[in-house]
Amino acid sequence: MTAIDLPMPQLGTALVPTLPEGEKQTAKDFSSDQEVRWCPGCGDYAVLKAVQSFLPDLGLKRENIVFISGIGCSSRFPYYLDTYGMHSIHGRAPSIATGLATAREDLSVWVVTGDGDALSIGGNHLIHALRRNVNMTILLFNNRIYGLTKGQYSPTSEVGKVTKTTPLGSIDAPFNPVSLALGAEATFVARTIDSDRKHLTAVLAAAAAHRGTSLVEIYQNCPIFNDGAFDAIKGMGDYDRATAEHAVIPLVHGQPITFGSRDEATGQGDKALVRGANGSIEIVDTAAVAADAILVHDAANPDPSTAFAISRLTDAGYLNRSPIGIFRQVDRPTYDDQARAQVAVSKEKVSGTNEERLTALINAGDTWTID
Amino acid sequence: MLREWTDVSQTKQVKQLDRVIIRFAGDSGDGMQLTGDRFTQGSAVFGNDLVTLPNFPAEIRAPQGTIPGVSSFQIHFADHDILTAGDRPDVLVAMNPAALKANLGDLPKGATIIVDTADFTKRNLDKAGYESNPLDKLGEVDDILSGFQVQPVDLTGITVEAVKEFGLSRKDASRAKNMFALGLLSWMYGRPTEPTIAFLEKKFAKVPAILGANIAAFKAGWNYGETTETFVVQYEVKPAKMRPGTYRNITGNLALAYGLVAAGVRADLPVFLGSYPITPASDILHELARHKSFGVTTFQAEDEIAGIGAAVGAAFAGQLAVTTTSGPGIALKGEAIGLAVMTELPLVVVNVQRGGPSTGLPTKTEQSDLLQAMYGRNGEAPVPIVAAQSPGDCFAAAVEAARIAITYRTPVFLLTDGYLANGSEPWAIPDVADLPDIDPDFATGPNHVSAKSQNDGDGAPDEYWPYLRDPETLARPWAIPGTPGLEHRIGGLEKGDGHGNISYDPANHDKMVRIRAEKVQRIADGLDPLRVDDPSGPPGDGAKVLVIGWGSTYGPIGAACRRVRRAGYDVAQVHLRHINPFPKDLGDILSRYDKVLVPEMNLGQLSRLLRAEYLVDAQGYNHVYGLPLKAAELAEAIGRLIGDAEGREVELGEHGLNLPADHENTEEA
Repeated sequence: MTAIDLPMPQLGTALVPTLPEGEKQTAKDFSSDQEVRWCPGCGDYAVLKAVQSFLPDLGLKRENIVFISGIGCSSRFPYYLDTYGMHSIHGRAPSIATGLATAREDLSVWVVTGDGDALSIGGNHLIHALRRNVNMTILLFNNRIYGLTKGQYSPTSEVGKVTKTTPLGSIDAPFNPVSLALGAEATFVARTIDSDRKHLTAVLAAAAAHRGTSLVEIYQNCPIFNDGAFDAIKGMGDYDRATAEHAVIPLVHGQPITFGSRDEATGQGDKALVRGANGSIEIVDTAAVAADAILVHDAANPDPSTAFAISRLTDAGYLNRSPIGIFRQVDRPTYDDQARAQVAVSKEKVSGTNEERLTALINAGDTWTID
Repeated sequence: MLREWTDVSQTKQVKQLDRVIIRFAGDSGDGMQLTGDRFTQGSAVFGNDLVTLPNFPAEIRAPQGTIPGVSSFQIHFADHDILTAGDRPDVLVAMNPAALKANLGDLPKGATIIVDTADFTKRNLDKAGYESNPLDKLGEVDDILSGFQVQPVDLTGITVEAVKEFGLSRKDASRAKNMFALGLLSWMYGRPTEPTIAFLEKKFAKVPAILGANIAAFKAGWNYGETTETFVVQYEVKPAKMRPGTYRNITGNLALAYGLVAAGVRADLPVFLGSYPITPASDILHELARHKSFGVTTFQAEDEIAGIGAAVGAAFAGQLAVTTTSGPGIALKGEAIGLAVMTELPLVVVNVQRGGPSTGLPTKTEQSDLLQAMYGRNGEAPVPIVAAQSPGDCFAAAVEAARIAITYRTPVFLLTDGYLANGSEPWAIPDVADLPDIDPDFATGPNHVSAKSQNDGDGAPDEYWPYLRDPETLARPWAIPGTPGLEHRIGGLEKGDGHGNISYDPANHDKMVRIRAEKVQRIADGLDPLRVDDPSGPPGDGAKVLVIGWGSTYGPIGAACRRVRRAGYDVAQVHLRHINPFPKDLGDILSRYDKVLVPEMNLGQLSRLLRAEYLVDAQGYNHVYGLPLKAAELAEAIGRLIGDAEGREVELGEHGLNLPADHENTEEA
C-alpha cells in the first residue's frame, strides 16, 4: 500500500470542537424534552443517567456529538439525549456510524445497540466495524433476551433457556460478546454493569478517550423478560455480596488479577488467575501460589490471546462468574483517519479549482473536435 | 514512420460505405474486449459516430474453446448519426470454432467472416460441437458457410512468424494474434493506427518484448491486408457529421462516475460512495476510488446493506451520499432505502440492472428492476426514479439524480443497465458551467417560533423543527451535526408533522404518508416538457402510433422508428428520463395517439405503470434475451401496430426484416 505518513491523533475526541474556556454543561443540557418510555426498573434508565451525567465531562460541543442506534429497547436511547441522533434500522447502526465517522472528523460518534441488534441481525456490521477500527464507541446493552419483541431468546441467552420460541429450552450455543470482539481484533474491549455507576462511568471515559472502535458490553437487567439474569454478579435477589465477590473478576490494568473474599491487609481476593496449560487461564487459591505467579492484567498487550483466554472465564450458562473491566486497549490506526488522510493527500497533490479540474477530467483521453 | 503507414490504401481499390457492423469474437482469454475497445477508439478519433456492445460470459475464464467461453465485442460505426450497436454484423472475426458457431446465426447472408484457421483443430472443433471442419467444406454441397464471404487466415501462424525476433515462447507469441486481427481490420476500414500504437506503448512500457511483439503483430495485420491478394478492397466510412463540440468515446459506467463527481463539484459537497462489488456496477466504484482529489470517499463495505448504511450516515453528515449496485444488491438495500425515505435524507441509489431474478445473468442486460425501484419496499415508500438512455447520457442522468436528491431531501433511484454500463458511444463533452446548480441549502438556525417566544419573547424563531417543510417543494430542512442549536433526532419511526418527534397518532400518519407521496409528485413541477419526436406534425395530427420507452431501449426504439419512417410511415417516439414522478404532460401526449407501444427488456413494467396511471391501452413489446432489442424486429412490430391503427397493409421491405438479396451492396453510399 501507499503509506501516508501523517501524524494520527491519539485521543478519540481529539478533533472534536470543545466548549469555550470556562463554559460548563450539565446532565440537564443533554436531556431531551422527550418522555423516557422504558419499563419501570429497566437497566436502561441507569445507563441513560450515567451517560447524561458523563457527557459533560468530555467538555465537547453538544452539537458535535451524535448517537446512532439500531432497533430494540435500548435503541430508543438517542431520543432521550439532546444531541444529534438517529434511531436507524435493525442491526445497521455500526454501518451508518461508519459513514458518519468517516465523513466527519469533528464528530464524537456513539452507537447504542443490544445483544439482538449487534450480535444477531447486525453481527456482520459489528465485526467489520471492529476490524476496521472506525473511531466510535459502541455501547452494547446485553440483557440476554429480546425485550422489544417480548421475550424470545437472544444470541447471548444461555443454552436451555425457556422462552416463547424455545418452550423446551434453547439449543443455541450463545456468543460471548467480549470473546467475539477480541476475535475480530477490536482495539478496545470492555465489560461493565448497568448498576455499577462508578465503574460504568470510568469505562465510558476510557472508551471515549480511545481512538478507534471501543466496544463496551454493558450487562443490563430486563425486569420483564429476564429479571435476575445478573443477580449473582450483583449480589441481589437470591444472592449476597459474598457471592458477588466470587462472581466478578475485576480487571485493572497493571494489577494482579484476584477476586473472591478480600484480604483486608493486601486487598487481594482469595482466588487468583494464573497461566495454565495450553494457553488457558486457570483459577487458583491465591494462598497456594507465589505472588509473582499471579497474572498481571495487561490491557495494552498487542497480542489479544491472554485477553481472550480471560474472556473465556465468563459463564456461558447462568452468570455465576464474569470478568469485568477493560480487557484490551491498544493503539492501531483507524479506518476513518486513514480514509481522510488519503483524500487529504490526494487533494494536496492537485491545483486549480474543482471546476477547472472537472473540466480537465472529462476532457481527458482521446478526444476530437467538430467545428 | 514507413510510407505504408498512411491510413488509406496505396494499392487497393477503396470503396465507400455509410456504416459497418463488426463483431470480434473469440475465447475469453483471446483479448476480444481489448481488440474491440482499440478499434472503437480508432473509430472515435477518426470521427465516425459509433455504438458498441460488449458481450462476455460471467465466468472469468470459462473452459477454453467452448461455446460458453466465447467473448465478443460488436461495434457499429457510421458516417451519420446512429443509435444502436446494430442488429446483424457485416463482418465477423472468429478466433476459434466456438466463436464461429456461437455467432454464425446472427449474420445476414453476404456477411464477411474472417477466421483464424490455426484454431480449427480437431480438439477445438469437438469442443464447439462441429463434427467436421466447416472450412474444409467451402464450396461443397454441405458447406454451412455458403452465402458468406469466408476469409480463412492463419492469424496465429503469421503472428508467431511476425514476432519471432522478440524471442517469446510460441504461447506468448500467439497471444499477440488479437493485435494482428486488429491491424487487419484497421487496414480494411482505414482506421488510424497512431492511437493504438500509443496505447500499446503505454500499456507495455515495462515489458519491451511484449510491446515489440504487439506492435509487430499489429503492423503485420495491417500489411497483410495491404499487400496480400486475399483482401482486394479497402472500405472507407467517412467521419459523421456530428453537432459541433468536443467528443470522446465513453462507457456508461465511466460517464456515471464522472456525473457523480460533477454533481459533487456543482453542489460543493464531498461525494461519499458506500458500495459492495457486484457485476456490472463495480466499475463505478473502481472509477470513483481514483478521484479522491475531488474529495470523493469510497467505502468498500462488508455487504450491500453496510454500503447503503454508510451512505445514509454520510448523508446525515452532510455529504453527497451514493450507493451503487445491481438488482440483487437493491433487494438487500430495501430496508435502508425505506429509512432514507422516512428520514428524508438525500441519497443517490444506482442500479445497473442485469438479468434476473436472483443471480440471474450477471453480465447480460435487462430492464426488469423498474417495479422493484417503484415498489420494492415495505410501506408507502415513494422514491423518485431517473433513467439514463445511452452510455454518454449516464453523465447527465447522474447529475439529475443528485439534483433531485439534494433539492427534495430524498433517496433517488438512478437506473442504468449492463448494456449502458459497458457499451460506449461518442459523448459530446459538456461545459461544466452549463451543468445545473445544486444548492444543499443547509439549515443554519432555528425555523420555528415556540409558544414561549410567541408569548413571552420577541416572537422570533427559537426552535428547530426538522420536519417543517418548504411550502413549494415540501422538502424538509437539512441540518447537519456540528450546527449549534439544531440538535435533533431522526429515525425510522413515524415522525410528527413539523416537530419530528415520534408520533403514533393515526391522523398524523395518514398525513405524513400523503406528504411524502406529494413531495415526490412535486418534482414534476420542475421538469421540462417532454420532447415528442414526431416528424408528422404536432402530437395527434399525423402519426397514430406512439412508441414510448425508458432507459437503454432509446437506441433501438429510435432506430426502429427511423426504419419505419424511411419505409414511408408515420410514428412518434417519446423517451422518459423521469419515471417517478411521470412528467406532467405525459398523460396529454398519450391521449393524442390511437395506439401506444412500450418496448422493454422485461415482461411489461413501464406499460403496467402507464396503464395504471393513465388508463391507456399501452401495449408491450417485450424481450428478455439479455441483449438489446433488435431495431429491425421492433420496426416490424411498430409496422403491425400502424397497420392496425390506420387500417391498411404495412410493408417495411428492406427497412424491416426483409433484407435485400445482396446485403452488402445496399450498404454502399
